[in-house]
Amino acid sequence: MSTGLSTAHSVVEPTPLVRRIAGFFVIAYALITLTPLVWIGLTSIKSPPDSIAYPPKVLPFIDFDPTIEGYCNLFTTRSRQTAEYLATLPPPSGACEELARSRSLVVAGPSNYVPRFLNSVVIAFGSTFFAVLLGTLAAYAFSRFKVPLKDDLMFFILSTRMMPPIAVAIPIFLMYRELGLSDTRLGMILLYTSVNVSLAVWLLKGFIDEIPREYEEAAMIDGYTRLQAFVKVVLPQAATGIAATAIFCLIFAWNEYAFAVLLTSGTAQTAPPFIPIIIGEGGQDWPAVAAGTTLFLIPIVAFTILLRKQLLRGITFGAVRK
Amino acid sequence: MTDTARLRPLADRAAAATPPGMARGIRGLSDRAIAWTFISPTIALLLAINIFPLLWTVYLSFTNYRANRPNAPLVWLGGQHYTDILTSPDIWAAMQVTARFVIASITIQTLVGFALAWLIDKKFRGHGVWTTVILLPMMLSPAVVGNFWTFLYQPQIGLFNYMISFVTGVPPSSFQMLGDTTLSPWAIVIVDTWMWTPYVMLICLAGLRSIPDSIYEAAEVDRASKWRQFVSITLPMALPFIMLAVLFRGIENFKMFDMVNLLTGGGPGSTTEVASITLKREAFEKWRTGYASAFAIILFVTVFGLANIYVKALNRVKQR
Repeated sequence: MSTGLSTAHSVVEPTPLVRRIAGFFVIAYALITLTPLVWIGLTSIKSPPDSIAYPPKVLPFIDFDPTIEGYCNLFTTRSRQTAEYLATLPPPSGACEELARSRSLVVAGPSNYVPRFLNSVVIAFGSTFFAVLLGTLAAYAFSRFKVPLKDDLMFFILSTRMMPPIAVAIPIFLMYRELGLSDTRLGMILLYTSVNVSLAVWLLKGFIDEIPREYEEAAMIDGYTRLQAFVKVVLPQAATGIAATAIFCLIFAWNEYAFAVLLTSGTAQTAPPFIPIIIGEGGQDWPAVAAGTTLFLIPIVAFTILLRKQLLRGITFGAVRK
Repeated sequence: MTDTARLRPLADRAAAATPPGMARGIRGLSDRAIAWTFISPTIALLLAINIFPLLWTVYLSFTNYRANRPNAPLVWLGGQHYTDILTSPDIWAAMQVTARFVIASITIQTLVGFALAWLIDKKFRGHGVWTTVILLPMMLSPAVVGNFWTFLYQPQIGLFNYMISFVTGVPPSSFQMLGDTTLSPWAIVIVDTWMWTPYVMLICLAGLRSIPDSIYEAAEVDRASKWRQFVSITLPMALPFIMLAVLFRGIENFKMFDMVNLLTGGGPGSTTEVASITLKREAFEKWRTGYASAFAIILFVTVFGLANIYVKALNRVKQR
């Protein structure tokens, strides 16, 4: 880097003091930015009264006793019963039943969180699979062949992302009603595939562009057909890029809200429109909402850490590469 | 597994997707045929789920269609909806709210994001870990996290109000971030900034890292001051990256729906009613499908036009 200079420290290297000051500000920002996320986690292990206490209770075991009540309330529905009725019941089975009894409630059944979460999983993975499959094929063709109007087609694919989701939702709503795809997983998978395929094509074209053509050409001289070369040479080389693209598609579909809230209401509803409407007695049940949010966010936090080297490409549609 | 066994499903599918005239056995496929076989499914999907609906929207925008009365007779209105929208004070109010939101949020995010990138580029110890921490909010669901912010913004019990009162001494229940007409736009800007500053930061960081050290070394030899180096090297060379970040954020924030819908729903009154919220109300609450379609087309043309002009400017900056 600083080979042209004879000094021990390059003139462009920041001094230790500058580094420390920079570190102080960045860490301060990072801690502030983390606060809401930490608060989600903390609220999920508070009892409803602790969650709305003033001043706020911060430290588990010191300020408040952690409880699984939020998670119990997330996974169950409960009904209020009279003391006489409760006295007739057999002793509570399980921790959640016991917590409910202490508030004069009985567990009435499972909540909708698990089905909604499963919808999210199925729709996110399904749409990611198709988007990456279609995207890989199209990206390879765009990368390697002379396609007429290539730039126009690529821009057309990108431009489908500029529509406000609500604008797309109006005709999709009508179309799905005609086709019987309203509130179905298949309908949502198709829709998310079409949204994600533009990202997949753009990202994967960048990744495939980086694989030298000589690899395939050598394979084809060895007797492979074009398709064999694609499957046996290009795909393994592009594996990292395909995986990164898949995770980006997965995250988009997982986080999507606008289409989900407008086009699904029951059987195919995903978690994002469901979590905000978790209510307890007398308003929003914040520990349960926080519990649902925590479980919903954990996979994404894990993926973000896994993806950190590829994030830049993903968020800029491959426009910026490191 | 042998080559042919692994290839068989793909070959079958490709053969099935190819018109009979072309399918002279998959091995004989020309590059041209492969190219179209590979591209056409994507184009077909986009035509079916994006372009056909878009054309349908254009058609509906000239009619009085209402999605809740599909059997009512359809009346052709011509450009009536378009003139109504362009002269409607409500629509212009929504466009102004959107413009103010876009400008405020992007200005703050660009300033903070660039500053953060500049600080991280000083490569202090542990900067990699802290960068990942800072990036977390932008990957999370805006709806699910935005919903939790309504809890943080509660006047008496919310953590945000508590912290503000802790720092400033103002009683925490004396202000309502979401219920007050002057504060609620800022409540949305704050959440958006919290969420998307890392996005701008990450792109700016790539810009800063793309500047070769040799340029700074040359400037040092010429005894240019640090400030001078910042103004004449760092800023101009990072500018294309900053502009790219602004483009992406601009398009996204112009379309902003989920966070606003969950935080304020457009309220109080219509102080935070951005264009997407108006569109949702017209289309899915008042069921004025034709009118909403016309508004959707106007919004799309606006984003598309602005983005095109901006990309031209961006290319000019890049070429300098």
